[in-house]
Amino acid sequence: MSIILSTEKCTACGQCVDVCPFGVLSLEGDRLIIGEGCTLCGACGEACPEGALALPETAGPAPRPGVPPDGVWVFAEQRHGHLAPVALELLGEARRLAAFLGVGVAAVLVGDNVEHLAPPLLAGGADKVYVAEHPQLADFVEGPYTAALAEIARHYQPEIILAGATYMGRAFIPQVAAALKTGLTADCTAFAIDPEKRLLQQTRPAFGGNIMATIITPRTFPQMATARPGVFKRLAEPHTPDGQVIRVELATLAVPSPSRFVRTVEEIKERLPLSEAEVIVAGGRGLKDAKHFRLLEELADLLGGALGATRAAVDAGWIPYAHQIGQTGKTVSPKLYFAVGISGAAQHVVGMQGSDFIVAINRDPEAPIFKIANIGLVGDLFEILPALIQEIKKDRGQGA
Amino acid sequence: MCGRTVTLKTMIRIIVCIKQVPETQEVRLDPETHTLKREGIKSIINPFDLYALEEGLRVREARGGTVTLLTMGPPQAEEALREALGLGADKAVLISDRAFAGADTWATALTLARAIDKMGGADLIFTGKQAIDGDTAQVGPMLATIMGVPYVGWARKLSFTGEATIEVERLLDHGYDAVAADLPSVISVVKEINEPRLPSFKAKLKAKKEVIPVWGQADLDLPSDAVGLAGSFTQVVKVFPPPPRGESQTWEGDPADLAARVWGRLKELGRR
Repeated sequence: MSIILSTEKCTACGQCVDVCPFGVLSLEGDRLIIGEGCTLCGACGEACPEGALALPETAGPAPRPGVPPDGVWVFAEQRHGHLAPVALELLGEARRLAAFLGVGVAAVLVGDNVEHLAPPLLAGGADKVYVAEHPQLADFVEGPYTAALAEIARHYQPEIILAGATYMGRAFIPQVAAALKTGLTADCTAFAIDPEKRLLQQTRPAFGGNIMATIITPRTFPQMATARPGVFKRLAEPHTPDGQVIRVELATLAVPSPSRFVRTVEEIKERLPLSEAEVIVAGGRGLKDAKHFRLLEELADLLGGALGATRAAVDAGWIPYAHQIGQTGKTVSPKLYFAVGISGAAQHVVGMQGSDFIVAINRDPEAPIFKIANIGLVGDLFEILPALIQEIKKDRGQGA
Repeated sequence: MCGRTVTLKTMIRIIVCIKQVPETQEVRLDPETHTLKREGIKSIINPFDLYALEEGLRVREARGGTVTLLTMGPPQAEEALREALGLGADKAVLISDRAFAGADTWATALTLARAIDKMGGADLIFTGKQAIDGDTAQVGPMLATIMGVPYVGWARKLSFTGEATIEVERLLDHGYDAVAADLPSVISVVKEINEPRLPSFKAKLKAKKEVIPVWGQADLDLPSDAVGLAGSFTQVVKVFPPPPRGESQTWEGDPADLAARVWGRLKELGRR
């Protein structure tokens, strides 16, 4: 089975070819070819401006024997009563997967005094919310969080668990998987359901983003994955379910944990968190000096965006670590990414290649960043950047 | 509790898990055959593991004890162990067997846990924050769960607050938290934690002569359906190059012209 193409509507514009995470689509002249290996992920349908690509009408795949009853779960990451954006993004994706499987979606809320987060989770796509509250869960520590989520999963038995690939998720979700003796795939950027085998296909980058791999968990439940923040889309319209909130009493936290929260040492203050920004203006070694980040800041302000940086710029002390994007920093996927004075080392690219549209400014026409930029401007950033700032101001009637 | 100095008496058994990895930046898929092009690519110690080793050495220097290196990999992973011995580790164990090939993070963690058992256990196990080839950061936390001991991820500072209690300052999305953990524990470290030392001549000499035991499936007494591909919960079903990005063009010319063109194009595309 594969995606269904309406040849009357298709204009062979090729946008679907670019977004297919599995490289299944290709153009032959003015004909779109759907090759082997379509996973019905639906990415092409979303990208198609003509509505020419549609998922087949189906009742979903046949259930495998022994499939657990409780559908698709999203770990609803929060801190001190504030939801992480990735929780709502994953609920959007969970709805899509659950519709295909013919099951429901549940969010799992773990913390202390967090029940007020249930309504936004229900609106975000959950049919029900499990709430586990305990003083040991007030701040994140791997041990108690692992015990809590593993206990809830053992009791209610989900088919799939998704969680954000944040520092928190990446620290304790592997422990939950090990406790449940099941497989886990880290840092996924695409999900699909194998319609015949009813398996979750989990696609992730490896080797610093040079290779994509699709991974399955064929023998055990739940099928577990962490997913990168900013990749999946939250629901456009609020979900209107019956809205069940289920309070869970945890037995495992009765004993003191061998690992305990002590205190928060330092909070990173960001004007606009990188993970939530639709526009990011990032600078690298080419900026030459801390003071030149003010130019980037001006552009970021005009565009309502956030400031990013490469490891080189952070190591040089020009900007704090919180702004670092790349393998040893954050992974971002804004709608628009400006790479200014950034050469495009693989270590940086892996953190920003998920951006929808990339504009690069660099004086070296051979810079690798131009290979992944949608628009590359070759020239002196100290000339182009002020010109661009002026152009935007002029365009908005703010005077030149 | 914090900041209190405690006189510690016992010798501490430290294990540092390392991995030999290819230098990632150069690994590519052949776009036609979809096979890994790894010829001529150098193998290195996973860079993040050097911080784990350095932290192990510093704890040993502060408290007395031993640092044992542990790796699982093909026979040539012995090179990585010798290189790390040259930095000052006391001993090394190589886990290597064809039966272990294709192990996912679970099967790897299970095999490491069994090896640590065979070594007689440990008080502190250090790992790097992730390996640069797989980037999963899963083996450390899974190892801790299988061993039934605490795991604390992304440590940038570690201190002893008791005979068998540590306080770890660690990175999270909001900043840095301090967490207390009872030993034994598994700790993953980020690069802020220290500055790894250079190899010493004396240690390199010793590293050359060191006998490194190689343990296989039989030595670890693990059934064949618990190791390697057969013992893995996950399966890679497909590898492929990342999809090409859409429109890609490079413009040169007068800065003001470029600025006007790019702004015009962004508006046209609805990006602004």
